[in-house]
Amino acid sequence: MMQWETVIGLEVHVQLATQSKIFSGASTAFGAEPNTQACAVDLGMPGVLPVLNENAVAMAVKFGLAIDAEIPETSLFERKNYFYPDLPKGYQTSQMAQPIVGMGNVEITLDDGTTRTIRVHHAHLEEDAGKSLHEDYHGMTGIDLNRAGTPLLEIVSEPDMRSAKEAVAYIRAIHAIVTYLGISDGNMAEGSMRCDVNVSVRPKGQAAFGTRAEIKNVNSFRFVEKAIAFEVERQIELIEDGGQVIQETRLFDPERDETRAMRTKEEANDYRYFPCPDLLPVTLDSAYIDHQRALMPELPSEKRQRFENQLGLSAYDAGVLASSRAMAEYFEAVKEACGDAKQAANWVQGELSANLNRENLEIGDSPVTAEQLGGLIQRVMDDTISGKAAKQVFQALWDGEADSADAIIDARGLKQVTDTGAIEGMVDQVIADSPIQVAQYREADEAKRGKMIGYFVGQVMKASRGTANPQQVNSLLKQKLDQA
Amino acid sequence: MAIEHADVLRAAHLARVGLSDDEATGYVDDLSRILEMVDQLQAVDTQGISPLAHPLDATQRLRPDEVTEHSQRERFQACAPATEDGLYLVPRVVE
Repeated sequence: MMQWETVIGLEVHVQLATQSKIFSGASTAFGAEPNTQACAVDLGMPGVLPVLNENAVAMAVKFGLAIDAEIPETSLFERKNYFYPDLPKGYQTSQMAQPIVGMGNVEITLDDGTTRTIRVHHAHLEEDAGKSLHEDYHGMTGIDLNRAGTPLLEIVSEPDMRSAKEAVAYIRAIHAIVTYLGISDGNMAEGSMRCDVNVSVRPKGQAAFGTRAEIKNVNSFRFVEKAIAFEVERQIELIEDGGQVIQETRLFDPERDETRAMRTKEEANDYRYFPCPDLLPVTLDSAYIDHQRALMPELPSEKRQRFENQLGLSAYDAGVLASSRAMAEYFEAVKEACGDAKQAANWVQGELSANLNRENLEIGDSPVTAEQLGGLIQRVMDDTISGKAAKQVFQALWDGEADSADAIIDARGLKQVTDTGAIEGMVDQVIADSPIQVAQYREADEAKRGKMIGYFVGQVMKASRGTANPQQVNSLLKQKLDQA
Repeated sequence: MAIEHADVLRAAHLARVGLSDDEATGYVDDLSRILEMVDQLQAVDTQGISPLAHPLDATQRLRPDEVTEHSQRERFQACAPATEDGLYLVPRVVE
């Protein structure tokens, strides 16, 4: 049986979070009425002149710096020519020979904690096309050009990935970088991040790449994994049955969980790139690049290291908490509010994550704020409430019963009794009420006693309605029962 | 460098220019002469000279990221052959 190796390269299109378009002053806001955000420049009207958006440049530069890429002093815009109704000018303004971001590196972390470096070949700025609506308009196609001219950063990887899992880890890493930088909302469902996946297979040990197929229309982390899995199997079966993979563009159909060949046209890929005469070369001096560097926030890998080295979290905890900007910010706010990183990490990854997962919510939608959770953790740390009561308080916060842990503790009378006199009274009462159990306990050996004491602890906790400090109850009981 | 009849038809198709066979034959000659001139230029030693992207010795001015254009949909769509629900309508595109 032949052993096969999968080779994957990805082109990730990231929609940049600018206010206006890459070459015009039309708005990029999502969800507007059709064609109300397509101005004369976006429509390719005669006589218009595109002017490059400084913020799109700044965002691309920040991405380049985040992946340790070279930022060339000069970059160029070119025209990529093809005809399609949602591309009014007959060309897409893009970059090819001299992109704005050169070679870089993205570190990916796999589920088992191992890391790998995936090389980025380059990243370039380009404009998005409009949308074709294929619902039936009396046998015609509807065109909405609001999206035309929205800035995209296309990030092109080297064919460095060897499994669907690595490809997903890479997209997650890109997603984390762009959302940390705030250069994209990273919303895959709304199309803010879209992927073209290049997949080929080759016999293990062979140096030359196999023929690749490009899969378009892959717009979720899960679909990337599924599309690759299907495509790899298709190619292996094809070759093993004596066939040949042909270089083609395929579409992923999430409903049928398969890839299908798109109608292929021989000349489809002849884009006849040439420098755009309407746009001059873009030059970026080192002062500009340094300025952008100074504006960059802490990145996921830096955060992970700081969580590990300065806050003393485990590598695993640090990795999970730094995985998204929203998660990291929430965790840091909880830590700020309670003053203990370890406790904050446990609660965010434990109770909070469990609740979020159960209700399928993102951390940004958490009904419990970081300040509320921090306040709750404080009450556990200063022994005001037991760990058990804390879970109850958390649930009450989640359900919106009150707006602080303290208010819930008061309302429900959950304050732990730590007054030794009061606990002693309850302990004495329980011992007096349980003569049979006391006699059994005193006849038992040390090993059995350890188990039997649970009964008495339970009785005292019941008498205190859960508010007695369990450690205190335990030690008082032991002292009194062991005495006679 | 010579150009073939098929090359002309292909270039015309890529540019969506309709050419008859006779017209294409004429262009084989014209384009071949242009390419001969390009061949002459190719003979020049350009070692160490970076390609010229733009004839102007200037660099791109950048625009602040502000929304300055507002909807003029009705005006733009006044010259469109067909519209509906704010959409431009075009002959059906089959994927």
